[in-house]
Amino acid sequence: MAPGGAPTAASAQARTTESAAVEAAGAAAHAPRLAALTLEASFGSTRAVRGVSLDFHQGQVTAIIGPSGCGKSTLLRCLNRMHETVPGARVAGRVTLRTDGTAYDIYERGVSPIAVRRQVGMVFQRPTPFPTMSIRDNVAAGLNAAGRAPARAEVDRIVEHALRRAALWEEVKDRLHESALALSGGQQQRLCIARALATEPPVLLLDEPTASLDPVSTQRVEELVYELRAGMTVVIVTHNMQQAARVSDRTAFMLEGELVEVAPTDLLFTTPGDPRTEAYITGRFG
Amino acid sequence: MTAPGAAPQSTRRSHPSGTQRAFAERTATTVGRRHVVNRVMVTLTFAAALVATLPLLFILFLLLKEGAASIRPHFFTNMPRPVGEAGGGMANAIVGTLILIGIASAVGLPVGIGAGLYLAERRGTRLATVVRFLSDVLNGMPSIVLGIFAWEFLVRPLGHFSALAGGVALGAIMIPLVTRATEEMVRLVPTALREAALALGYTRWRTSLAVVLRTALPGIVTAALVAVARVAGETAPLLFTAFGNQFWSVSVTQPIAALPLQIFTYAISPYDEWHAQAWAGAVVLLGLVLVISVLARFATRSRFGLGGD
Repeated sequence: MAPGGAPTAASAQARTTESAAVEAAGAAAHAPRLAALTLEASFGSTRAVRGVSLDFHQGQVTAIIGPSGCGKSTLLRCLNRMHETVPGARVAGRVTLRTDGTAYDIYERGVSPIAVRRQVGMVFQRPTPFPTMSIRDNVAAGLNAAGRAPARAEVDRIVEHALRRAALWEEVKDRLHESALALSGGQQQRLCIARALATEPPVLLLDEPTASLDPVSTQRVEELVYELRAGMTVVIVTHNMQQAARVSDRTAFMLEGELVEVAPTDLLFTTPGDPRTEAYITGRFG
Repeated sequence: MTAPGAAPQSTRRSHPSGTQRAFAERTATTVGRRHVVNRVMVTLTFAAALVATLPLLFILFLLLKEGAASIRPHFFTNMPRPVGEAGGGMANAIVGTLILIGIASAVGLPVGIGAGLYLAERRGTRLATVVRFLSDVLNGMPSIVLGIFAWEFLVRPLGHFSALAGGVALGAIMIPLVTRATEEMVRLVPTALREAALALGYTRWRTSLAVVLRTALPGIVTAALVAVARVAGETAPLLFTAFGNQFWSVSVTQPIAALPLQIFTYAISPYDEWHAQAWAGAVVLLGLVLVISVLARFATRSRFGLGGD
């Protein structure tokens, strides 16, 4: 899908074929797990997201890139109804979430934002472990949110599973009852990822997760994100184009609140359809 | 190029211009003057700190000098005795003070923490502004006025003085202190933590209690203990609410003895023995406040969470 621009017929056809193949391979002919339709988000009178329609598929990592202030974080926060927690913020449009055979609009009347957030996990830019809880309790924090707390042995099993998925188990298995603040920044961020994974959400949103990490931790988190996509739908916002190129299957480029272009990652970075995308990728702005 | 004037030649550059040398001179003078001013200010602030601590040191010294002699084990275990009999104590007053601050905490802490949490979480609303203002007004209210308030609503209808009335009056003094401190500690909790909890699917309520309040708890505990120490020594509101009691009583609905009241009664009496006991009572009260403050410091040094100062 490359609105705007004037590609040659041959490359357009090649792109369509390739992107169709990638889409088919990645999505296995399923409807998208999460689909935003003409999403509008504003802070008071400022429109941050303007009429964005974007699909997110099972088993894929979708990256959203764009210059600062283009609305990518706001778009992400609309996907788990976090945007409305800011006073004065408003959202219009549909976001359809498909799980367990049912599909519903998360912004429909009567849909509880709490239920949505339990299906759509989020990891933020800065690691935010709960300072009063141990490592184990941090990972298990999301389990209590449902009100019913599972039995202790079950919680331990879930915690270990989540920490293994987040590639943190080996480093913390001997100190599960210590403060989460004793971990390094990279470890704390992986702890936050484990915390989000503990409830096994079908969708995981990552808002610039490596922005505050050193290069080694960044690499580990990127590897982790790449591995997580099997069995999940992952959306990652990043201002680092190389990261998007390394980690994602599809990339969407946003500018001033609008979705300019979305395509399989390698195509977007090698042969972008829109001149604005090309200008951003080649570093002419942003 | 020869340079006029008496300025010494710099070793680093040959032939500095007149402007450069003038600038260097002026800078050196300024820097020198700044050093002197710095020294003077440091000395002045140090002296001010010393002067500020002097009254406390004087009081401590005087109290210990006058009252230490009368501090005996029987002071803590015996009831007050008539003049002339040896071995009198303030057991009922000590226990009474503890009961009063217990009632005051039961009233002041839940209300204060709840109000502080509300003010922090709903900052911008008009109700929050009004509540904050009223809390500040309550803070500035003379304690005897709060005593009158307790008298009007708890003593007059019931027909007698009571520990409950005294405790409520003290609790009313505690409320604005705890509210203000709770609000400030809760505001210190980063928004990112709240968002992390919300994103996990926590309700707003649960976020406030399980995450925000828990993180701010050490600071709140410190403030609560400081407030308790403060009301432990309040006398004026107790004059016509708890009223004092020369007998042993732990009943909430009867008048009760309290250290400040007992000190007052003994101090204005004409008997030297009782004067000595009053000094001893003051030392014990001071000790109580000290123990509470040390506990507050101890509570701050927790493993997790944001500490108070």
